[in-house]
Parts: sequence; structure tokens; C-alpha cells
Amino acid sequence: KLLSFQEGCYKPIVFVDQMAIHFELEGNLVHKESDEGRRLMAKQAEVDDGGGVERPDNVAIKAAKREQKLTNQFNFNERASQTLNNTPRVRGPTGYISEVLQLRWLSKKYDLTDFNSGIQKMTCILFSSRMRLISKVVKIIERMVNQNIFDDVAQDFMYFEDASDEFRGEKGTLLPLWTFQYDKAKSLSVTALCWNHKYNDLFAVGLGSHEFTQQGGGMLLFYTLKNPSYPEFIFNTASGVMCLDIHEHLSYLVAVGLYDGCVAVYNLKKKTDQPIYNSRASSGKHTSAVMQVKWQKDDLDSNHNFISVSADGRLVSWTLVKHELVFTEIIKLPVIDTIPDDLKDVIPTVGTSLDFHKQKDYSFLVGTEHGKIHKGSKYYSSKFLEKYDAHFMNVTRVKWNPFHPDVFISCGWDWMVKIWDQTMKSPVFTFELKTSVTDVAWAPYSSTVFAAVTTDGKVHVFDLNINKYEALCQQKVVSKKTKLFNIEFNPVHPIIIVGDDRGHVTSLKLSPNLRKKPKVGDALILCIGLQ
Amino acid sequence: MLDIECAGAEVEETIKRIQSQKGVQGIIIVNAEGIPIKSTLDNSSTVQYAGNVHQLLMKARGMVRDIDPQNDLTFLRVRSKKNEIMIAPDKDYFLIVIQNPTE
Repeated sequence: KLLSFQEGCYKPIVFVDQMAIHFELEGNLVHKESDEGRRLMAKQAEVDDGGGVERPDNVAIKAAKREQKLTNQFNFNERASQTLNNTPRVRGPTGYISEVLQLRWLSKKYDLTDFNSGIQKMTCILFSSRMRLISKVVKIIERMVNQNIFDDVAQDFMYFEDASDEFRGEKGTLLPLWTFQYDKAKSLSVTALCWNHKYNDLFAVGLGSHEFTQQGGGMLLFYTLKNPSYPEFIFNTASGVMCLDIHEHLSYLVAVGLYDGCVAVYNLKKKTDQPIYNSRASSGKHTSAVMQVKWQKDDLDSNHNFISVSADGRLVSWTLVKHELVFTEIIKLPVIDTIPDDLKDVIPTVGTSLDFHKQKDYSFLVGTEHGKIHKGSKYYSSKFLEKYDAHFMNVTRVKWNPFHPDVFISCGWDWMVKIWDQTMKSPVFTFELKTSVTDVAWAPYSSTVFAAVTTDGKVHVFDLNINKYEALCQQKVVSKKTKLFNIEFNPVHPIIIVGDDRGHVTSLKLSPNLRKKPKVGDALILCIGLQ
Repeated sequence: MLDIECAGAEVEETIKRIQSQKGVQGIIIVNAEGIPIKSTLDNSSTVQYAGNVHQLLMKARGMVRDIDPQNDLTFLRVRSKKNEIMIAPDKDYFLIVIQNPTE
């Protein structure tokens, strides 16, 4: 007999000529229906009964024993070897629409008289758990409502041009547009502003504190001009944000430097509140506040990287490799001569500002707390190429001119704004504004226009092509005793945003006199030549 | 799953914000079948708005699609003497906000 797997039973086969028997074994199994089997079973029962006649419970025990499951591997599963089986998926109608249809069918079947209200109640209950489905539409509606409320401001932004500028000679004005504030950021001061290059109405605000004694948490907010009443993105940080930079091409990557020395990278596409990279646990972390971060071009392995300067005097390059930030030390700021030799390693030179050249991006400038500006190159890591004695006090901002390859501007707490040619040791232009200058920015539409903000709440706009000695506009834009800390020009629209120490960001429109584009080739060369 | 739940809370918050904006008289959320789901107005007004807006929306959407089949309606504003009705349609729902802009 052969076991046929196809039919699952033993089948008798006919003796075939070609069959050769390799092995034969007489089995000792007997079919229980056969005569011999019956005889054996009868014998077995006799033996059992014989033993258990006197004690009736014995039979029960014996019977139970016979019933006891044999722990063989065919019908016994030990718990340890069981696998967790997920409950099988019920493939019936699912989803919101089908629930409504089911309800309708149910109500029709059972002839519910209050059909409509029942349906309504159910849909309401079902909907509240699915609110997120209308998130896009709600966003559009919020912007529409805001457009109505701020209609006059929006019209001014688009179309208003101050006609009285013709009669004002060369002076211009700033028209206040929207004010952006977030109530949870009331106690924080604006420390950084950055426009997004891809979406020209989106800008980032970094909030923290400039005071050493008043350090708390920080925030990173993103506002759009289309919705002035509430930020688009909100991120809370453990420590105050000191600086931020948005990547030029990948506008969803934001690098942030914090007061406690950490740098973090946020990805706006992800919905989480946490940064995707954080240098908190990294070994090369800065020991003091990070003052400026700047994104660089992707390195040879196409990894994104950025450079940070910190109050501990180091310039560090951070590379985003898979899931972590890898640091590379670029250079250490030189210690000034007044510090004795034995303390040279201990007392760092606080770097306060950093800017990379627009065309030759290996060349950079670093401003320090002592008022010096150092020019360096990414290719020379041992020393700086040039040192400029710029200010008597802290240098708050240093910026290359976006058009002229040799010109840069610097400002500091010593009330001065100075314009330099990198080949000359002394400044080309010097302006004194009556209080500490906290930020300065070049205009993107002209090589001779720049604006500065001071701690007395004033914005000063200069155009060197028109007037080399005084500002075209000196306007107070915030209420009394509010200090201004940051200013940025929008890359496309004729507006500027300024951040103050109350956590508010004010947007202002430049009047036509401040937006004159130079007709002659490079007007700045002419200016410098004449000086 | 956490971020999906948070999205729902965010939407609720946004709706509350819209409700508190200057001049907003009411918000109605209506599903694709014309049944109002959420409303800050009284029942009769809600039903009235929902029914009428539904018809207008279908007509407007039909018109946009007729002219260019690849196009679709993003939003509709109906400015009247007393107020402005803003309608924004979505795949399964549409939102109606009534605002008095000059208030």
C-alpha cells in the first residue's frame, strides 16, 4: 500500500514489473475494525475493568485519565511557542460615507420617523472626529476673513505710492502696514528675522532674550503676509533663539542657533514640534550662545551644511549626515592683545556676526565683541586674512554688499554705521546715528541703499547715490521705549520688517524716494571714487 | 497617529479664531449632501444658508468646470449690502462664513 498525498489516504497499488523493493518492514499496527483488532480491544477493556470494580471513583479517574490530552506536538500548543495572530480584517464596508449609508439603510428599514435629525446627529458625531479633513478649507477661509479685516492695509501694500514724495525733495517715508504679534510670545524679544526666498510672503521670526539675566524659553514663528493675525508655524525651543537662517533652495530647512549653545535644524514639512537635528548631545557643541548661523552650499557628498559662530569664539561647520549633525571646526577667533598670555585660552573672543560673500562664498567676515572685524577664508583654517578696527564697542552686524564685490557694511553699539572697501583699512563712509545701532541691511534692489535700526525705535534709510551724508528717512516706527533689534528687506516687495523687544514684528512700506534704482552701471564705485 | 489627532485640534482652534475675528457673524460647516454639521447660528438660518449656498456652489462649480475642465472652484465671495458671505468648498465639505467687513 502506498500513501497517496493527492487523495490523503493509503491506496493499494498493483505489483509492477519494474518495481524493486529496497526495504520492507513488518508493521505492528492493526486496524481496529479487523478481527484481531477487536480481540485486542476487548482484552484491553477487561484489564481495565478488572482493576477498578471495587472502587467506583477509580473508574472515573481512569476515564478522566484516558480523556486527558496527550501532549504531543500535533494537538498541543505551549503558550511560549504561540505566535501573536492579528485579528483578521473584516472586509466589510468601512469609512465615513459608508457609515452614513448604513445609517440611512437602517433608518429606512426600521422606518424611523425622526430620520433627518437622527442622521444629522450621527453625522455631527462622526464629523467631529474627522475635523482634520477640512483643514485646508479652514485655512483658506481664515485668510479670506483676514483679507477683509485688513483690507485697507492690503490695498496700501499693493497699490499705495506716496504722491507727496515729489514735493519732499529727496526724503522719503515709511508707511506702517501690518503688525505681527503672538500672545504667547509677549515676554520675549525678537532676536532674528529671515525672509523665505521661495515664498516671498513668508518670514521667520526667532524669539528669545538679549539679556543675560532674563533667559527663559524661546520660540520660532513663521508668519505670512496673507494672515497677519496668527503665525503659520510655531515651534517652542528650550532656550532663547539667537539667530536663524532659511536654506536658499530648500526653503523648508531652517537652521536655528540657541542661547545655550545648541544648534538645531527644523523641517517645516514635518508636522512635529521637534527639530529634525539637534546638537544637544553632540560633542562639538558650542559652550556659549550661538550668535549667527548661515547655510552653505551642499558639500561634495551632497550633504547640507551650515556654519555657526558663537560667543565662545569658534566657527564651526555642521553637516547633516543621516540622522545626526557632524561638526568640523573651521577657525577660532584670535584673542585680543590686551589679554595676558596665560589667559589666552580661557577667555574667548565673542563672535557676534557672520556673513559670507555672495559670489566668492569661501570668503567671510566675522564681527567681534571688541569691535574688530576679521576677514577669513574657508580654505585657511589657521589664521584670518585681514583685520579691521571697526568700532569701539560690540559689532552688531556685518554684511557684504549684494552687488559690489568689495564693499561691506558694519554697525555697532558705538552709534556708528561704517561702509568699507575690503582693500582699505579705514572705512569709506561713516555715519553716526544718535544711539546704539542694532542691525543694518542692504536693499536687494539697489547697491547704494541700506537701512539701519537703533535702540531708540527709529529706522534710518540711506541712499548713497542721492545723499552721501545724511539719511533719507529717519522715522520712529514703534511706541516709546521700545527698542528695535532686527531689520530685513523683502527680496521682492518694497517692504521691510523690523523686530522689537516686545516680540512684535512691524512691516513698513518704502516710499518711492527710497526705492530709486540707480540708472548708471555701478553707482557705488562712483561714490567711493568721489570720497 | 498623534499628529492626525493634533490636526483635528488645530482645525478646531482655527475655527474658534475665525469666530472671534472682527465682524464675523457666523460659521457653518456643511457636508457634501447639504446637511449642516456645525454652526454658530440658529437652526433656521443655518438650514436656510446651507440649502441656498449648496445650490449656488453647484452652479458656480459647474460653470468653472464647463469653461475649463481641468479647473476647479477654490472659493466664492458674495458681497451684499449688509454683509459678505464667503464660501470655500472642499472634496466632501464646504464652509460658509458670514462677515460684516465694515464693522
